[in-house]
Amino acid sequence: MRRYWKLIYKKSLASPFIVWIIAGTIIPILSIAYYGLTDRNGAFTFENIYAIFDKMHLQALWLSIVLAFISTVICFLISYPLALMLRSSKLGKKGLMLFIFILPMWMNFLLRTMAWQVLLEKNGVINSILSTIGLPPQEIINTPAAIVLGMVYDFLPFMILPIYNVLSKIDGQIIEAAYDLGANFKDVLLKVYLPLSIPGIASGITMVFVPSLTTFVISNILGGGKIYLIGNIIEQEFTVSSNWNLGAGLSLVMMVFILISMVFMEKFDKTGEDSFI
Amino acid sequence: MKRVAKITYIVLVILFLYLPIIALVVLSFNESKSMSVFTGFSLKWYEEMFSNRMIIKAIGNTFTIAITASITATIIGTLAAVGLGGMKAKQQNLLLGFNNVPLLNADIVTGISLLLTFLFFGISLNWGTVYLAHVTFCIPYVILSVRPRINKSSTLLYEAALDLGASKKYAFYKIVLPELRPGIVSGFLLAFTMSVDDFVITHFTRGAGINTISTLIYSQVKVGIRPSLFALSTIIFIMVLLVLIGVNILTDNKRKKLIY
Repeated sequence: MRRYWKLIYKKSLASPFIVWIIAGTIIPILSIAYYGLTDRNGAFTFENIYAIFDKMHLQALWLSIVLAFISTVICFLISYPLALMLRSSKLGKKGLMLFIFILPMWMNFLLRTMAWQVLLEKNGVINSILSTIGLPPQEIINTPAAIVLGMVYDFLPFMILPIYNVLSKIDGQIIEAAYDLGANFKDVLLKVYLPLSIPGIASGITMVFVPSLTTFVISNILGGGKIYLIGNIIEQEFTVSSNWNLGAGLSLVMMVFILISMVFMEKFDKTGEDSFI
Repeated sequence: MKRVAKITYIVLVILFLYLPIIALVVLSFNESKSMSVFTGFSLKWYEEMFSNRMIIKAIGNTFTIAITASITATIIGTLAAVGLGGMKAKQQNLLLGFNNVPLLNADIVTGISLLLTFLFFGISLNWGTVYLAHVTFCIPYVILSVRPRINKSSTLLYEAALDLGASKKYAFYKIVLPELRPGIVSGFLLAFTMSVDDFVITHFTRGAGINTISTLIYSQVKVGIRPSLFALSTIIFIMVLLVLIGVNILTDNKRKKLIY
């Protein structure tokens, strides 16, 4: 049987893919390292890396970490109860419910972010609703709060999905057993649901934290171009200042944080690659 | 009581997810340019949208890039998944590790890394560079959808077909390919959607003058939103809805695979 296996699955069929990995993944990562570690004349330097300690860059990095952290926590706090309810609900078909929560994810990311600009604007929908019910208008647009709101809105499904996935696989008999043995809801939550859903939580956290940390679109649209996250700084080095070396150096620093998040997820997520998609 | 609280919570989250989209849809039919008050029904923003050559061109670009890139990615990815099946576990894991890089990496890093590669080799940015970039991030999705099918597919049927006198080619097309087909289809759809939806990687690898829907929206949002963009949003939303419902009806019990 093994002989036939080899007959169908010829290794050589993967060669275009291997070429693509080299040209599309390995060389590009190396070129970030090359540009990041050289100056405009091609001489080796650490200056583009040290540039992160520039006050403006450090502030942007710190703000990115703080906002990404807050959005991740909010996403988790919204998603976990929701996933628990979906698991136990008899509200129609579960597939349909899940579909409802995933559908916005397929809508163009920029349009979704733009929608919040329209809602939050000074003369926007939310303020006109507030004024008709006699409340003072709020200025949320162009503040860090607006950016957090955008992050939560855009990335919430990435938290709901993996958590729902692990929760829906937990055997109902384990839960029943816990209740039979005298546990109350709090015990079941803390000692059964939470420990068993750690892989899903870990991948949810990474899938919200990394895009929030690295975004430049949300901060640009909802921050009015005045609030700089590390993504905005890097993007501007490429599109406005054309200082590729500095942009690449700062990207290398940012990649360290991405790597940390991935290691974090690897550590907890033993379910393997399938949980990503 | 508990049930009421539950339903309220679920409804609130649904409202949070859908209110912005509903607002765009409502405003797209608004008579005035106002972003808050609905003054009357009108289709003029749809007319403006369809007569805007930039929007039409961007839609064209988006779909030609998505179709060509996802077809290329589906071919390379399917071949790769089949090829990986013949490899030792160690080789497979190494290649799959690299395969995961574009999936896990931040879009901005992928975009920049490809941009720098193009710059390094003196390739000028144009339609082709966007196409190459899209193929790069689409391949992993195809491999991840096709691969589970390979591991499951039994070689016994193939063996039986050969014993019964089928040629290798015939057996491949009649036995192996049909087994892979659902994986290939969902891989293609996933790649296509990712390509249509991408902004960041396109932003870095496109040349001047080439716009997809996403990059056009980005540049318009910076200058000032016109309600014709709301019309565009409405059309996109309805299309996404129809496609997803269609796909789910077609592959009813494979729903999970397609959504993730």
